[in-house]
Amino acid sequence: MALLEIKDLTLSVNSTPILNGLSLEIWEGYVHAVVGPNGAGKSTLANVIMGLPEYRNHGGDILFEGRSIKQLKVDERARLGITLGWQEPARFEGLKVSKFILASARKKDPAEVDRVLTLVGLEPERYRNRAVDRTLSGGERKRIELASILAMKPRLVLLDEPDSGVDIEAIEKIFAAIDYLKSEGATVLLITHSPKVLEKADHAFLICNGFLVDKGEKNKILEYFSGKCLPCPHKNVPDLQVEVKTGGKNG
Amino acid sequence: MAEELVQEILESINLHRSFDKNTPHVVINANQVLSSKVVEGLVIEPEERPDGVLARLRVLKGYKIKQPVHLCFGMLPETGVQRIILEVDIEDEAEVSFMAHCTFPNAVDIQHLMEADIRVGRNAKYSYFERHWHSDEGLVKVVPVARISLAEGARFSTEFELLKGRVGIIDIDYRTTCAARSTAEMKARIFGRQDDKITIREAAVLEGEDSRAVLTTHIAVKDQAVADINNEIIAKAAGARGHVDCKEIIQGKGVARAVPIVEVRNPKAHVTHEAAIGSVDSRQLQTLMARGLSEEEAVDLIVEGLLS
Repeated sequence: MALLEIKDLTLSVNSTPILNGLSLEIWEGYVHAVVGPNGAGKSTLANVIMGLPEYRNHGGDILFEGRSIKQLKVDERARLGITLGWQEPARFEGLKVSKFILASARKKDPAEVDRVLTLVGLEPERYRNRAVDRTLSGGERKRIELASILAMKPRLVLLDEPDSGVDIEAIEKIFAAIDYLKSEGATVLLITHSPKVLEKADHAFLICNGFLVDKGEKNKILEYFSGKCLPCPHKNVPDLQVEVKTGGKNG
Repeated sequence: MAEELVQEILESINLHRSFDKNTPHVVINANQVLSSKVVEGLVIEPEERPDGVLARLRVLKGYKIKQPVHLCFGMLPETGVQRIILEVDIEDEAEVSFMAHCTFPNAVDIQHLMEADIRVGRNAKYSYFERHWHSDEGLVKVVPVARISLAEGARFSTEFELLKGRVGIIDIDYRTTCAARSTAEMKARIFGRQDDKITIREAAVLEGEDSRAVLTTHIAVKDQAVADINNEIIAKAAGARGHVDCKEIIQGKGVARAVPIVEVRNPKAHVTHEAAIGSVDSRQLQTLMARGLSEEEAVDLIVEGLLS
């Protein structure tokens, strides 16, 4: 039985269909990736799985360990072990890193803060008493958010564009944290349009315009994505990375 | 008897075990001075009056008082008026920090009135942290009024915190005049509940060249509490810099109003302001709920951060 089953998921925003009957299965203990161009519906899918209030009015069903979670609120899903790391993590004025992490932690021990900060490559003595606010860079906040996820010991982690806004060194730390999550038995779903992130996955789904285009072993999907999706002049190709690779939208 | 009252006041602010009687301090209950202690360079002259207590605090020229001076203002009776008049003179080149604890543990109907006249001398340094401890019920009316004068190069900071218990009615009115190269920082952090009423008027007048002021107000109101914040900086001199920062979170039927006023009378001066009022940020809320916190727990943590 799959850990998570998405069944015929549909969602429209302002009468525009975003997800069009999407069905997929997430198997426990693997790193999965949902890949596709910008606007394909990847982040929407993650938000629907997490149950964010603006994404609750969808068709189809979501089963976690065979049980529908469609009616569950965000925190109820989180208590089942589902969590989400945002593309742009929130800022919390005045809230210390240590408190932020401990709030998520299953083990309410200050030593846990240091442990997870170290896992994401941040020195505990430099970061534990700082605030999760604008004084931290986007990359630092991304790693602190990931540390809070590690402390939670989740079962299913949705990571939306985990490489967004971070430098090369930080990406390596984030990738190491993904490896750690997998080694701890967690299931990871990466939301990405980056071939480099896709490399971290065992298995991938390719979506476009809210449809599932293909699924399977990551190299197969990577080949399809790089060969056909990236050069595609489709309207869902606004981002800089794609333009560079293709020589521009018309390249 | 006085000893017992001191102990009761210290217990109400959770200092009964750690408080060292040799620490420089003044302890006042209602309008009665219970205890005081000075160190070299610090002069404290408390005087009981029919309508309150006059306390003259002076730090002599050049003295740097290393330990914080504790000011414990308690009102142990259930009802009554406590009026404290502070005359503070920090002489040139002197330094001192005050830790003020205002406690009203049994309040049913209490007024706490404070009138402070503060002069900070040339290159002197003064910091004042005031924490209020109110009961969960009952009515406390707190009216602190301060007029502050900063000489050249003086550094002044004050922080007001009221996070535990009911606010009741609070009406803060501080006004600082800043001479050349002096700096003023005034900060207030208050959590209003039920039908609490919070009014803050803080002003800094930057009279001297290169003077600085930052006025920061972080407020949370819930239930039917109301907050009305009026912070003002007037910059008159070249090189003067100021910033007004007001952030308020409202929950339930709480109402918040912020009026930052900036007035610049010199083309070489610069004053900025920012004000943000609203409910708890949805992304913050969702992030914490996605880690398993209930909505209520998440809101409490976000508010705690803002008011920290």
